[in-house]
Amino acid sequence: MTVKMSYSEAINDAIRLAMRKDENVILIGEDVAGGAEVDHLQDQGAWGGVFGVTKGIVEEFGRDRVIDTPIAESGYMGAAVSAAVTGLRPISELMFNDFIGSCLDEVMNQAAKFHYMFGGKAKVPLTIRTIDGAGFNAAAQHSQSLYALFTHIPGLKVAIPSNPYDMKGLLLSAIFDDDPVIVFEDKTLYGTKGEVGEGFYTIPFGKAEIKRSGKDLTIVGLGKQVNTALKAAALLEKKGFESEVIDPRTLSPLDEETIINSVKKTGRLIIVDEAYPRCSAATDIAAIVGDKAFDYLDAPIKRVTAPHAPVPFSPPLEKLYMPSPEKIIKAFSSMVGARVFSAV
Amino acid sequence: MQMETQTSAKDMTVEEATWIYTKMQEIRQFENAVHDIFAKGEIPGFVHLYAGEEAVAVGVCAHLTDRDSITSTHRGHGHCIAKGCDLNGMMAEIFGRATGLCRGKGGSMHIADVSKGMLGANGIVGAGLPLAIGAGLTAKVKKTKDVAVCFFGDGASNHGTFHEAVNMAAIWKLPVIFVCENNGFGEASTFEYAAAAERISDFAHVYKIAGDTVDGKDLTAVYDAAGKAVVRARNGEGPTIIECLTYRDYGHFEGDTQSYKDKKQQHRAVTEDDAILRFQDYVKKNKLLSEKEIKQVDERVKAAIKEAIRFSEESPFPDDKEVTTDVYVSY
Repeated sequence: MTVKMSYSEAINDAIRLAMRKDENVILIGEDVAGGAEVDHLQDQGAWGGVFGVTKGIVEEFGRDRVIDTPIAESGYMGAAVSAAVTGLRPISELMFNDFIGSCLDEVMNQAAKFHYMFGGKAKVPLTIRTIDGAGFNAAAQHSQSLYALFTHIPGLKVAIPSNPYDMKGLLLSAIFDDDPVIVFEDKTLYGTKGEVGEGFYTIPFGKAEIKRSGKDLTIVGLGKQVNTALKAAALLEKKGFESEVIDPRTLSPLDEETIINSVKKTGRLIIVDEAYPRCSAATDIAAIVGDKAFDYLDAPIKRVTAPHAPVPFSPPLEKLYMPSPEKIIKAFSSMVGARVFSAV
Repeated sequence: MQMETQTSAKDMTVEEATWIYTKMQEIRQFENAVHDIFAKGEIPGFVHLYAGEEAVAVGVCAHLTDRDSITSTHRGHGHCIAKGCDLNGMMAEIFGRATGLCRGKGGSMHIADVSKGMLGANGIVGAGLPLAIGAGLTAKVKKTKDVAVCFFGDGASNHGTFHEAVNMAAIWKLPVIFVCENNGFGEASTFEYAAAAERISDFAHVYKIAGDTVDGKDLTAVYDAAGKAVVRARNGEGPTIIECLTYRDYGHFEGDTQSYKDKKQQHRAVTEDDAILRFQDYVKKNKLLSEKEIKQVDERVKAAIKEAIRFSEESPFPDDKEVTTDVYVSY
């Protein structure tokens, strides 16, 4: 059974299911409820997170388990790390992924390292939820997509759900995983609706989804760029080219096999990623395919990404900055000969 | 430690005094041995020794059980020993051997034993402060009576995490005790140079929690302050800052020339002000331990350290496959 739900509602549903299932699950972060100790609110939350994603959760579970923190990311992220080590399963919200600069040590040097550095004797079952993505004119410090930063670090797992169904299943997997996981919520997807499974279900990490099959081109889309890839595939179909669109769903672990098998079939690969292009997930996937499937490639691998520049504020500039179906088609044209696509 | 403890040193039992003196000696002899072996080039990596500061770790941990947590620093051997970590496992870890507490994958700066509530020595200055808050939060959410102790240096008191953690512990009334080992130096800079505050315990007033500065070379002073703080924490009365004025007998790291130290101050620290000599005087004056019993402890510890070194030297290095094991619980 499925039910129509927004990306935002899928998150809220997953958190409630997890908190009902296990009393060790807590939600902690800046204004995840909001309005703590304000007399007239009593046990009501003021916000439920800056985008209202966690609204209503404090009313169900109370402020002992839904904890508003001071605006002090090092402090509460470090607390969440060792709360995980000492017996809780915290869901720690980093409001915007851009704020990682204030608590990178807690994530990179503490959460990611304990299991290894302590010889396998400590576990850190921590989930970090964080908001990423451009497209809201939120400018350079509230629009980045920093998943590559975390994918780089051994010990962390990274999920980039592109739709409500995956969001719920991946978030539940994250919460009940014994390793630290960072789940990226693209802010422009919060309102998008889709069919979501009812009740508790999980989606395993490291399993990509083939969103549509094709024999001429493989397009790997990251996060919401899966949708851009699908739009490009629809346009290409009109021109007689069949694209295979792959959503990796998690970057760490990465389902290399599904991507490589697709490239073996299509001989062409475009990776669509709105993050910066240098040392990025797109670049990483290109390197892996170049290494493991070079002989199957009929054309150079293309990356359709943001430029090596911060996210601009002005709406026309931000639009230019982002990947688009047109940019994907342009890349494909260069792979098969521009003549074919002069009409697009 | 697992035996019944008193809040005040004046009520200390013979059993407890013996435990305390043994732990202090274990730390001193362990560190002296590591110093000598490091100088011979037989220990890899960076090593920071705790000798001189024994009264702090032992005076605090005397009040804790295995259920209580501690967070530590890069200078963590003393905290590990006081919290009950195995000497053989610790020494083997420092030697990088498979039998080490972290199977040779952590080293001196990362010795941990979560089963003993020792949440790890930590290579990042200031990192232990938020971690202690998390252990306190677990105790609060799970409604246990456990406490968390954060050992940190005077250097870390200038770090943002100190203020974030103390503030959070204060607003949430967490069962956390912030034990500052003010040894006068953050690396090669003096406390007076690096800190605008005169006393780190002054921040207790700012954050409206309990706090005090004690003579960190005096076991009984630390013991009394920690005893009160632990009772307060277990009773839900919130956090405490205890600033312990102490001194590190060795340098910041092994190999440090220590040119920034005052020779007279160093001399006083290792003679008349020495924590172990002062506790020996105390136990003799208070008829807790005799000269003969002290010597017996010294000998027992000497044998235990000798055994830890033999155990480590004879232990194998980790298997090659350990390079990539335990990166994740599952992947």
